[in-house]
Amino acid sequence: MNWAFIIAEIITVVGLTTPILLAGLGELVVEKSGVLNLGVEGMMLVGAISGFGVTVYTGNPWLGVVGAAVGGALASMLFAVLVLQLNSNQVATGLALTIFGTGISSLLGLGFTGRIVVPFLSVFPASLSKHPVLQVIFGYSPIVYFALIMVPLTTWFLTATRAGLILRAVGENDLSAHSIGYSVVRVRYAAIAFGGAMAGIGGCYFSMVITPMWAEKMTAGRGWIALALVVFAGWRTGRLLAGAYFFGILMALELLAKGVGFSILPSQFWAAMPYAMTVVALSFISSRGTAGANAPACLGKPFLPST
Amino acid sequence: MTKMSHTLTRRSLMKGAGVATLATLASPVLAADKLKIGFILLGPIGDYGWTWAHNKGRLAIETALGDKVETIYVENVAEDASAIPVIRDLAQQGCKLIFTTSYGYMDQTVQVAGEFKDVKFEHCTGFKRADNVSTYNSKFHEGRAVLGTIAGKMSKSGVLGYLGSYKVPEVVLGVNSFALSAQKENPKATVKLVLIDSWFDPPKEAAATETLINLGCDVVTTHTDSPGPLQILEQKGLFGFGQGADMSQFAPNAHLTAIEDIWGPYYVARAQAVLDGKWSSTDTWDGFKEGTVVIAPYSKGVTAEAAADADKVQAAYKAGSFNIFTGPIYAQDGTLKVKDGEVMQDADLAVMDWFVKGVESAS
Amino acid sequence: MRLKLEKRREASVAMLVATPIASVLLTMLIGMVVFDLIGINGTKAVVDIFLSPILATYKWQDVALKAAPLVIIALGLSMGNRAQVWNIGAEGQYVIGALSAAGVGIAFGTSGGFFVVLLMVIAGMIGGGAWAAIPAVLRTRFNVNEILSSLMLTYVALQVLGYLVGGPWKDPNGRNFPATAPLDPSQTLPVWPGSTVHLGVLIAVILPFVFWVIMSRSEFGYQVRVVGSSPTAARHGGFDSKRTIWATLVIGGTMAGLAGALEFTGVLHKVDLGFASGYGFTAIIVAFLGRLNPIGCLVAGIVLAVTYVGGQMAQTSVHIPNSTAGIFQAMMLFFILASDILVRYRVRVIVKGV
Repeated sequence: MNWAFIIAEIITVVGLTTPILLAGLGELVVEKSGVLNLGVEGMMLVGAISGFGVTVYTGNPWLGVVGAAVGGALASMLFAVLVLQLNSNQVATGLALTIFGTGISSLLGLGFTGRIVVPFLSVFPASLSKHPVLQVIFGYSPIVYFALIMVPLTTWFLTATRAGLILRAVGENDLSAHSIGYSVVRVRYAAIAFGGAMAGIGGCYFSMVITPMWAEKMTAGRGWIALALVVFAGWRTGRLLAGAYFFGILMALELLAKGVGFSILPSQFWAAMPYAMTVVALSFISSRGTAGANAPACLGKPFLPST
Repeated sequence: MTKMSHTLTRRSLMKGAGVATLATLASPVLAADKLKIGFILLGPIGDYGWTWAHNKGRLAIETALGDKVETIYVENVAEDASAIPVIRDLAQQGCKLIFTTSYGYMDQTVQVAGEFKDVKFEHCTGFKRADNVSTYNSKFHEGRAVLGTIAGKMSKSGVLGYLGSYKVPEVVLGVNSFALSAQKENPKATVKLVLIDSWFDPPKEAAATETLINLGCDVVTTHTDSPGPLQILEQKGLFGFGQGADMSQFAPNAHLTAIEDIWGPYYVARAQAVLDGKWSSTDTWDGFKEGTVVIAPYSKGVTAEAAADADKVQAAYKAGSFNIFTGPIYAQDGTLKVKDGEVMQDADLAVMDWFVKGVESAS
Repeated sequence: MRLKLEKRREASVAMLVATPIASVLLTMLIGMVVFDLIGINGTKAVVDIFLSPILATYKWQDVALKAAPLVIIALGLSMGNRAQVWNIGAEGQYVIGALSAAGVGIAFGTSGGFFVVLLMVIAGMIGGGAWAAIPAVLRTRFNVNEILSSLMLTYVALQVLGYLVGGPWKDPNGRNFPATAPLDPSQTLPVWPGSTVHLGVLIAVILPFVFWVIMSRSEFGYQVRVVGSSPTAARHGGFDSKRTIWATLVIGGTMAGLAGALEFTGVLHKVDLGFASGYGFTAIIVAFLGRLNPIGCLVAGIVLAVTYVGGQMAQTSVHIPNSTAGIFQAMMLFFILASDILVRYRVRVIVKGV
């Protein structure tokens, strides 16, 4: 058992997983509130350039992450206003946000080609973060730990707090929630903003940790994997964590296969797996039609109170 | 003109008018003589790599030829069908010489060249020509031989990494040259190759580099265009090389040296040829000797022995007395492909699609 | 004082037509301002993106070539949307269509001619339709949301593309660059002499009228609209909504596949990794901008094609990246979606609250 290799691969998988875990967690909350935001890729890119830009100007990566969250949240507000105030079609609006986010990040990024920042790596002392074995626990960027902490936090929020219950109620039956007196619109605004912030942080992982530079479209489609992830996880946070790492392992396998010369299965097989598995999972979830691991009943539908 | 103003006879007026007309006729022709040169660039000028080097070539034209020329460039042109209207647009804007600076523009260049027979096209690293399409390439693999020498000498694990894009001859030559030269320093050296199907994709390049490192590589050379791989190597305290230009600013410790692409002299020569009306379709493949391949200064991390051996390779190439592709060369499966002492010809190198022994790859 | 939304009894036709126009104009205006703020010549950028392709006649064929696939795909999508069926996988169906056509072309080697090309195009339609049949089956059998399934299948399709052009269908003379061999001229679509405008453009002009007739005059078109407005009404009318869902999804896929095959045989003549250029997603914008009306799709397709071509022109003139055309396309969609509400609702200002 080559432990050095296993440890190294675990670290690689964590790096591949973290952005989709963050964006997926954010989108899960959004969808739990009944809104389908397909604009994840766009928000991630906005977060990537925002985080990078703030870090370049302030020299402080913590501020950079905040900047990324703010950027992502702002981008999501474009979507929120249209969908919540003007009842526009969620699918089309989300797609427009993706296209918009891609374009605006490219435009804003024009002044940043060739610039680099210090990568936002582990804040633990080198004895821990570079230790041959312990680095598997201590060697990561703070963003990684943030993502991991957010999983139980979000779970606790959704299942054990009143606000979380309201959010889920809004997603399952918005008209009832409205008649009880909850502000559906306000809840959804908050959820969408949270989703945007998380996607933004997921995006800045690319520009501040993996390759501390800016390149157009540098999130390379991970936003779409995050969307798949939410569905694959059946809208459950625990499954989302497992699913994210499963997808991350698949991504790592694609490259490993190339590196060791394993060519029996084409590399595209591994790359297609997350999406294909999501379709399979979807079929299981939807056909059984049981509550629990099922899409929120109001997902994608506009909120149309009669008053 | 001053003579005209002194003798205002009808004759001199007529003569004056004649000369004036000739002068006015001449000036628009002179103005039109300003040669418009277009550049199709794969990445951003600020990539400090492949595209940055081509842009330096463009600036060299402007410096050398001044106001005889005007250059236009387009960055981030994808290597697919969307390049066709962009190339066409340059021709429609009046460019009479267009450089398309990546392999993936090949068919698009040929197609647009067919529509604009009076425009000259220069396609980089391709092989399809036409009456108005030239191809030009640089023997990057000569530079790889220098990098391989350093890598082979300095690698502690003996496992070297090569990050490539596609299995096109340019990459195959690079891999093989890198492997052969490393094996001269360390006969047991092996090269792990990962092809990522793109010239520029920072996160994928980074993940691939990490994978190579996880598989035991402690020196990785990149044949893709972003500094991402170098940044990963810097984070891990390992070594690598810059691509297309000196990339040491991205990785001061990891960056040992780089292959620099020097396009200036060729670009100026071609522009001058168009100006002189002497341009014709050619295929140019220059290297160390002609100056298109230059090795960046060695960093402090390069050991003295490695530097010495690398210098020897450079000198031999510049003198024209050395070719890394000299037999005996074995293929991956062990068959002898090039006999002892035999030197592979350029024509065979240009279509090379097999890897040498010691290269581990998925195909 | 607050705003009250009153549902109109009938969708306002005036608004239906005015809002797309207003959206385009507003986009141009705001675009100018945003670019100026960033330090790029806003007026020049907007003029380049929106007006230059119209003013420069030599660009018209580029606009036509870009508009054709957008219009064709949008026609299929808008029919589905009318039935409340959301096909987001047009990009994948477009790619599979092109690959199907490519496969037929490879099977015939270098021989071509009218029937071979026809076969290639039909193969494209079947391929796209079949790829859309998957979400159709999943929706009707397993109640799977077709938005999610069709979207996932798009990314699977892209991997299929990567596998085929990098492996079994790679051009043997292409020095291992992942792309199919260029089509023999006998396997390409006829082209208007002296230009690059291919037969597909003509198809893209005729199809909207065909769809218009189907949607407004035929039983099927009526069925689609009823199913879209209310599944209960549909049941009472004796229409099988499942059949309609099937039909509209497959038609959407067929149209996308047709567009892919036409783009392959008419413009690109080969399939490479960059083949999926986003038409399948932009066509969604076209469908909305065209208010899901076939003739509207034709006009909207041309408008978006203009921004595509303009975006390329702006690359050379104002040095803004290609993807910034997307900013304008998205803005137009934002505005049209926002203004949608004015079509269905009247805005009333209430001075005293109750």
